[in-house]
Amino acid sequence: MSRLLGLWRRSLQVRVVLSTVLLSSFVIGLTGSALLTSVAAGLAERRQEVVVAEARSGLDAAQAQLDAEVESVPTAQSISLAQIVDTLTQTDPSARAYELVLDGPFGAEDRTAPRRSSTALDADAVPADLQQSVRSEPGLFWRYAELSVLGAGNDVPTVVVGRQLTSPSTGDTYAMYYLFPLVEQQTTVDLVRRALLVGGLVMVLLVGGVVLLVSRQVVGPVRLARRVAERYAAGNLEQRMHVEGEDDIARLSTSFNQMAASLQSQIRRLQDLSRLQQRFVSDVSHELRTPLTTVQMGAQMLFDARETFDPKTARAAELLRTELGRFERLLSDLLDLSRFDAGAAQLELSEVDLADIARRTRSDPVAGRLGVRVQVMGAARPVKVEADVRRVERIVRNLVQNAAKYSGSPVIEVEVGQRADRVSLVVRDFGVGLDDDENLRVFDRFWRADPARTEGGTGLGLAIAREDAGLHGGTLRAHGRPGEGAEFVLTLPRRVERPEGEVADEPAVALRFA
Amino acid sequence: MSYRRSKRDRVLVVDDDAALAEMLALVLEGEGLTTSVCRSGDAVMTAFSTFRPDVVLLDLMLPGVDGMSVCRRIRETSAVPIIMLTAKSETADIVKGLEAGADDYVTKPFKNSELVARVRARLRRSDALAEPLTFGDIVLDPGAHTVTRAGQPLELTPLEFDLLACLLASPDQVFSRETLLERVWGYHHPGDTKLVNVHMTRLRSKIEDDADAPKVIRTVRGVGYQAIAPA
Repeated sequence: MSRLLGLWRRSLQVRVVLSTVLLSSFVIGLTGSALLTSVAAGLAERRQEVVVAEARSGLDAAQAQLDAEVESVPTAQSISLAQIVDTLTQTDPSARAYELVLDGPFGAEDRTAPRRSSTALDADAVPADLQQSVRSEPGLFWRYAELSVLGAGNDVPTVVVGRQLTSPSTGDTYAMYYLFPLVEQQTTVDLVRRALLVGGLVMVLLVGGVVLLVSRQVVGPVRLARRVAERYAAGNLEQRMHVEGEDDIARLSTSFNQMAASLQSQIRRLQDLSRLQQRFVSDVSHELRTPLTTVQMGAQMLFDARETFDPKTARAAELLRTELGRFERLLSDLLDLSRFDAGAAQLELSEVDLADIARRTRSDPVAGRLGVRVQVMGAARPVKVEADVRRVERIVRNLVQNAAKYSGSPVIEVEVGQRADRVSLVVRDFGVGLDDDENLRVFDRFWRADPARTEGGTGLGLAIAREDAGLHGGTLRAHGRPGEGAEFVLTLPRRVERPEGEVADEPAVALRFA
Repeated sequence: MSYRRSKRDRVLVVDDDAALAEMLALVLEGEGLTTSVCRSGDAVMTAFSTFRPDVVLLDLMLPGVDGMSVCRRIRETSAVPIIMLTAKSETADIVKGLEAGADDYVTKPFKNSELVARVRARLRRSDALAEPLTFGDIVLDPGAHTVTRAGQPLELTPLEFDLLACLLASPDQVFSRETLLERVWGYHHPGDTKLVNVHMTRLRSKIEDDADAPKVIRTVRGVGYQAIAPA
């Protein structure tokens, strides 16, 4: 069932053919049944006129016989009526055109009268209301009814015609009924019904077949287009559609090919740009590093010899050395960021224990120097994740050192948690906190909460940390309340599927400031 | 362990950048080493044969001949320790350089102390072992600094010699890559295991019959290496 539903959802052709077949069978069924009803009604009407006339003459004859018998055999009238019925009974039942039923004689009070019929009938073969009408007043009455012969399984539609008969000698009344089964008409109707059913079925199948053929003409090229588009999306940029003729499909193919060509050239341009950017980054890296190395070595020599300088020059040597250190960090951070921007950053994946990384933050040198205590939670069990250990360590180091340097909190909590598909690490402080605006801006490049406090940082640490998290398909978010504290949540998927894959969002640790 | 102080150690600095080359020479001479500067890859071999250095400091980015082929050319004729200068985090280049025969590398920018420590580490001679060490058909003689296998001398660089000596001195003991870095390279290089991996591959290609199925030095998965004592 679900497979059928899936087929219905996925295949345009199945949907078109199936809905056409369903709709056309509905329409054909409706017309067929209307046709059948009117044919049946017409046939019944014609027959009814004939049979009522026939019954009338029969009943007239019976009454006439009753009237005649008054003179000849006054006591035998009931017998003669019964004889009419019995004569019929003795004929071949299959050749009989009608059955007879004789009720009566009825007495003065309306008691049940004996019944004599030409064949064994169900009690309700003669409709009760017809019996009522016939008994209460003279005249001819008729109804449609179902003739159910006792013992026979099927009912046959029947016209029942009845009339009161009166014996002039005794004054007894009788009710006589003619039952004309519409067997012939029924057979005709059945024939017509079968013909309509077979015809309708054939028609539905034909329509289905035609739609299948027609839809294949349309769906075929659409499917081909789909396959070509899929291969294109998979990176085979040379894929083009075959154009034949000038119909809509051909125009679709032409447009598709134009789109593909334009996309291909765009992608090529971007790839070239990215390659250029990467080469530029690498060149800058080399070109800047060599003089920087020379300058740093010189600064180190001056710094080592500072005791031989006068105090001002010595201080200059100190500043030169520390600021060169900062310059180096800045250069290295900028190069990292440009690698992210150029899409050139690569993951070196291995199995990493986040709990182990969390435990090692206890001996963070910056936190130690600033006298900040690092408290690790939830790291008793291993928290394994597929990740680039260098990048994850850099993220965590960045978060811990940021909290130590800028939050003013005397204690930092590092908490890890895990779920089936993802792991989280929270670095929480109870310092100055962040407001709503700052929650987002902390990740901006060169953003500082307090521009006066640089602490030798580059202002790029969190931006890089967030890029590192994103490279894993994970997230890095900040939550905080002014004056209460802040927490930075790193959430990574257990397995890095694809760089552009699903992002693990919901953290695996309960947050306090979110 | 001791440094050879008897004569001044000689360092050949190969770098195309004049300022950096001069600065390297300044710093190393400040540490009591003798230096010679070579500015292009093409001139290296001449400088090498006339200067006869104890250590070569080689910048991988050279005009003319590139650093890798200079490295290979030196290795063809000499086991002299080679330290590469590389730009940071170009992992592929570092591994290529090590495979070309470099013993160690320093990434730019570096601290003077770091550079000096690496150069010193390569000049250091291991003299922990005085007696020749016999290990199956391998005989390692620390005094003569030679290794023979079934009587045939093996051409090992000093670094490979130290690596082998370290493992053979304690048969069956498993050495982690970090321990080997500390004992053989002489400094702690956190998490930098590619140095060990590359040199182990080269050492095995010299001492094992089949480097892919080593019988002398076994890899202990996830831990490190161990010398298997001959039966």
